[in-house]
Amino acid sequence: MTIDTMGTPDPNASAPTRPDNGSALDVPSIKADFPILSNRIDPPLVFLDSAASSQKPTAVLDAMRHYYEYDHANVHRAAYDLAEAATNALESARAKVAGFIGATDPAEIIFTKNATESINLVARSWGAANLGEGDAVLLTQLEHHADIVPWQQLAAEKGFEIRWIPLTADAQLDLSDLDRMLDGVKLVGLTAMSNVVGTLTPVRHITEAAHTAGAVVCLDACQSVPHTPTDVSELDVDFMVFSGHKMCGPTGIGVLWGRRHLLEDMPPFLGGGGMILDVRLDGFVPADLPAKFEAGTPPIAEAVGLGAAVDYLEAIGMEVVREHEIRLTAYAMRSLTERLGDDLTIHGPAEPDLRGGVLSFAYRDIHPHDLSQVLNSYGVCVRPGHHCAKPLMRCLGVGATARASWYIYNDTDDIDALAAAIEASGDFFSP
Amino acid sequence: MSDLEDLYREIILDHYRSPRNRGELAVPPASRAEGFNPLCGDEIVVYLQLDDPAKGDEAVVQDIAIGGQGCSISQSSASMMSAAAKGHTVAEVRELSSAFKSMMSVHEDELGGTVAGAPEDADLSALGDLAALRGVVQFPVRIKCATLAWNTLAEVLAQAGVATSE
Repeated sequence: MTIDTMGTPDPNASAPTRPDNGSALDVPSIKADFPILSNRIDPPLVFLDSAASSQKPTAVLDAMRHYYEYDHANVHRAAYDLAEAATNALESARAKVAGFIGATDPAEIIFTKNATESINLVARSWGAANLGEGDAVLLTQLEHHADIVPWQQLAAEKGFEIRWIPLTADAQLDLSDLDRMLDGVKLVGLTAMSNVVGTLTPVRHITEAAHTAGAVVCLDACQSVPHTPTDVSELDVDFMVFSGHKMCGPTGIGVLWGRRHLLEDMPPFLGGGGMILDVRLDGFVPADLPAKFEAGTPPIAEAVGLGAAVDYLEAIGMEVVREHEIRLTAYAMRSLTERLGDDLTIHGPAEPDLRGGVLSFAYRDIHPHDLSQVLNSYGVCVRPGHHCAKPLMRCLGVGATARASWYIYNDTDDIDALAAAIEASGDFFSP
Repeated sequence: MSDLEDLYREIILDHYRSPRNRGELAVPPASRAEGFNPLCGDEIVVYLQLDDPAKGDEAVVQDIAIGGQGCSISQSSASMMSAAAKGHTVAEVRELSSAFKSMMSVHEDELGGTVAGAPEDADLSALGDLAALRGVVQFPVRIKCATLAWNTLAEVLAQAGVATSE
C-alpha cells in the first residue's frame, strides 16, 4: 500500500480485529510505551495534537540516553573507538531512515534540523541554481507555510513565477487544469497530506504529469511518512522532506531525501566544517554526499533517536498504523456528527479513507481559540489557529480552525472524550 | 472550571456577542491600522477619528470603529477598548492603555508614555469593564489575544499623527 492507493486498503491485508475498538492495534499496550501519557493524569491526558508533534516512546528515549552514556563523541575523522561508535550510530540511523522510505542509497538521506530546513535547502541550492526569470514553480493551496515562504523568498530574488493549484469545495486538489498549469514549470512543491484538513493528494498522478512537463517534484511528506507506508521509488518524486518529531522521534532532526544525481549537481547549502574535501585560501572543494549538505556537527543523538523511532514503527507495521488511523478517523467523523449534529462543521474530504488522521472542525460559532481553551480544562489537547496554512484558511473561508489529530496511541476513548468536551464547551458558551 | 469562569466573565461574553463600535470609518479623514496575532490568526482593524490631531495629547477621540475577527478575548478587549476610548483625550487613552497593559503584566513602552510601577499598583477601577479581563493573566498564551487591540490602537494613534506624548 502506498500513499496513492491508501483510498482502497486491501481487505486481505487486515490483521484480526479487536472487538472493542475495531483496531488491529493493541492501543492500551502502545499507550504504555509512552511515559507522558501516564505521567499527566489530573486530568488524564487526551493528546490529540500529533499532527503538530507526536509523543515519544520509551524505546526512543532509552536509545538517546544510551548513546550519550556509552557512545558519544563527535563523528568522523578520529582514530579512537568512541568516535567510531558515534559515527556508526549516525550512519546506522541514516541507513534505517533510508530503508523506512524505500531509498536504496543511504547517501541520499540528508539530515537537517527539521523539514523546514530541508525545504529551504532545496530552494536555496537546487532552486537558486535552476530557477530564474521566465520559469515557474507550481505549489498547491494546501501547502504549509514551510512550503510557501521559502519559494516566495527565492522568487523575490530570482524573478520566477509562483502558480497555485486550486482546491475543490471539500479541500481536495482541483487538477482539471493541471497540464496547462505545468507549462514552463521547473519545480512542483506538493504536500502528501494536508496538515490542516488531512487531504491526501494524488502524488503519483501529479508526479507523472510534472515529469512529462520536465519539472521536478519536491514532496512535503511531514504528515504522511509518520502515518502511512512510504516508498520514494513508487511515488517517483525527486525530493522528499519530513521531520523526526512527528514520527515518535526527537525534535531537532529533519530529513531531506533526494535523487543522487540531483543532489550531486546541486551546490552546497550551508558552509562550514564537515562539508568539504579541501579548503584553500582561494576556495574550497565540497565533500561527497551526504556530508556535502551536513555542515557542522550533525544532530547525532537525534539521529539515533530517529533510528529507534523507525524501529518502533516498523515493529508495529506501517500498514497497521494506516489502517488504525482510517478506522479511528471514520469513528471520529461518525460519532462526532451523530453526537453534535448540525452544530459541528468538519472541513475537508467527507470520506475517511481520503484523509489522514486529522480533523479540522468548527462547533457552533465558538471561536477555535475559545473552544480549545475549554477542551484544555478537560485535558483534551487540540490545536486552534491557522496551522501555518493561511492561504488554505482563506480557501475555507475561516480565520482559524480547531484541529484534532491522532496517532497510534489514540483510541475511541480519546475521541469520546473529545466529543464530551466539545459538548461541555457548548454548555459553557451558550447555556 | 473556576479558572475558566474567571477567564470568560459574563461581561466579556456580552462584548463578544454584542461588540460595541463595530464597523468602519471613512479613511481619510479617519486613520486605520491593522493588527495580527500571528499565532492564532486573530485580526483587529482599528479606525480612529480625532477632533484635531494638532492638539496632540489634548486631541479628543471623536469616533472609533473596530473590524476584524478572532476569539472572544481579542474581540471583547477591542470592543471594551473602543467604548472606553470614545470621547476621551489622547492623554486619557494612553493612561488607560498603560493601566490595561499593566494589568496584563505588559510593561513595554509602545504608546510613547512611560509605564511605571508593578501591576498591583494599577488602578483597576479606572479600567471599568476592562477589569473583567484580569483573569486572562492566568492564561499566559491568551495575553496576546487581550493586548492585540491595544497594540493596534498604538499604531492607529501613530497614523493619526499623535505618536509621541512629548
